[in-house]
Amino acid sequence: LWLLPLNISIILSQVLFFGFGWLFFMRQLFKDYEVRQYVVQVVFSVTFAFSCTMFELIIFEILGALSSRYFHWKLNLYVILLVLIFVVPFYIGYFVVSNIRLLQRQRLLFACMVWFTFMYFFWKLGDPFPILSPKHGILSIEQLISRVGVIGVTLMALLSGFGAVNCPYTYMSYFLRNVTDSDILALERRLLQTMDMIVSKKKRIAMTRRQMYQRGEDQNKQTGFWNMIKSVTSTQAGSENLSLIQQEVDALEELSRQLFLETVDLQATKERIEYSKTFQGKYFNFLGYFFSIYCVWKIFMATINIVFDRVGKTDPVTRGIEITVNYLGIQFDVRNTHMQPVIISLSFFYAISSSKSSNVIVLVLAQIMGMYFVSSVLLMRMSMPLEYRSIVSEVLGELQFNFYHRWFDVIFLVSALSSILFLYLAHKQAPEKHMAL
Amino acid sequence: MASLDRVKVLVLGDSGVGKSSLVHLLCQNQVLGNPSWTVGCSVDVRVQDYKEGTPDEKTYYIELWDVGGSVGSSSSVKSTRAVFYNSVNGIILVHDLTNKKSSQNLYRWSLEALNKDSSPTGVIVSNGDYDREQFAENPVPLLLIGTKFDQIPENKRSEVLNRTAFLSEDFNAEEINLVCARVVLFSLKFSLST
Repeated sequence: LWLLPLNISIILSQVLFFGFGWLFFMRQLFKDYEVRQYVVQVVFSVTFAFSCTMFELIIFEILGALSSRYFHWKLNLYVILLVLIFVVPFYIGYFVVSNIRLLQRQRLLFACMVWFTFMYFFWKLGDPFPILSPKHGILSIEQLISRVGVIGVTLMALLSGFGAVNCPYTYMSYFLRNVTDSDILALERRLLQTMDMIVSKKKRIAMTRRQMYQRGEDQNKQTGFWNMIKSVTSTQAGSENLSLIQQEVDALEELSRQLFLETVDLQATKERIEYSKTFQGKYFNFLGYFFSIYCVWKIFMATINIVFDRVGKTDPVTRGIEITVNYLGIQFDVRNTHMQPVIISLSFFYAISSSKSSNVIVLVLAQIMGMYFVSSVLLMRMSMPLEYRSIVSEVLGELQFNFYHRWFDVIFLVSALSSILFLYLAHKQAPEKHMAL
Repeated sequence: MASLDRVKVLVLGDSGVGKSSLVHLLCQNQVLGNPSWTVGCSVDVRVQDYKEGTPDEKTYYIELWDVGGSVGSSSSVKSTRAVFYNSVNGIILVHDLTNKKSSQNLYRWSLEALNKDSSPTGVIVSNGDYDREQFAENPVPLLLIGTKFDQIPENKRSEVLNRTAFLSEDFNAEEINLVCARVVLFSLKFSLST
């Protein structure tokens, strides 16, 4: 009897999610650019909407609220798979190809070629992994889900591992290096000095070029054997000199970029120190200690699971918390980063903020988001008690769920350990770099 | 070499509008073949003969400081960028004619640069909102350049020219339209304060 309102509510919530995705796109992602290709915005919002709906369906599942859920599940799944495997990769290929000047003419053709290459590798992905039982036909939905699942789970595990380590690292003020105003001023002075040196060298180059040009003009008017010899030798010396100065300029410019990035890093650290003295800062610091214990526990559990060939059984609530925590950990990190990561992430950031590549970046984001959500559903299924599993198994087919959990644990461990190593090296390297004057 | 006075001009604008290409064109008289993203600030120098041919002729080095980044950068990037804004003789604001947002962001760029100006009249309290009064007293000359005009389809061109006319009014600038043969430069709007 109360089927109809619930059906409507699902559709309504989908529309709502679509609206959120649209707004998020406009306000955050495309804040500084003009949206010219609306298709990107639509695709992003659709992916967002259907991903959120999947989560919503799981919640409804647990609450036992809906009984015609099967229909919604199937619909949702088909749409998401369609988008993730056909639509988004095609558009990514299309926009990447559009940016390359050489291929611009035959954009559509090349985009299709890119898509077929993607499909080939996507299909090949199924070979090394024991994800299917031989019962399945070639075009069954299990084929697609299993592969999307592998990619998504890998992605999730990588991000989880990094987030689990990075989150406490950024929250805890124990790791903050001591930065004084005089440190920053000293670096800024060095930066400006370097810029002045670049300017004076470029002035020399410009003046020398001008003199050579003028001399060249005079040369055309002068005749005589001796004059010609003189002019040839002097221009040769001039151009050798020029290339030497140019090399010096290149080196100085590289130095100025380094100094700039280091100064940005110091400023960011100083702001974080100030923030940590506030009430909010202290709260996050406390959270940091809490998360570091949690992170250590997770790594420990992952190791145990692998060593003892166990499959982790956590409840869906914990899983849900895990996923949110890791997501937050990454969010926070994007704004507060350290030394080596600064250089990488700032260049990445600058790369993102170009009007050319923004379309591609957003589509890649949509792809990752979609795959992330699909795989979370996959993983959650294992964590749910038997009663709820039935419908998910029915919908997703008979996949080897154990494999996915094992794979997640392995990748998580690898990612967490590499992050620890990476952050340790970055932390150690940092104080030496800007203290050397 | 005779002593040449120093002239420092900032080139500001969003990422990807063509600042580096513009600077390269002005200083090297060639088109930049492989533009890449500017990290920090890149400087180039143009030798300019002021009042050429007259007895007052003087040769100046014009330093063009091309500051990279976006208006929405984090505050640590902004405070680092502020280092470049000291003792500036002029500002060139570059916007992309195919991208409206880059024109809108010019207000924020100019506020960012002028707030850091150390001259006493340049003390501006701003919360990001634009106020034309601020530019009336501004001692620093502004030059507005719109790029990529050739990429606008024929039928949209008059609309774009309208929009830029409003923009130059807001900056208290006079408008000069130049069409250059090469791709980058299109229209120069001049602003000279008293």
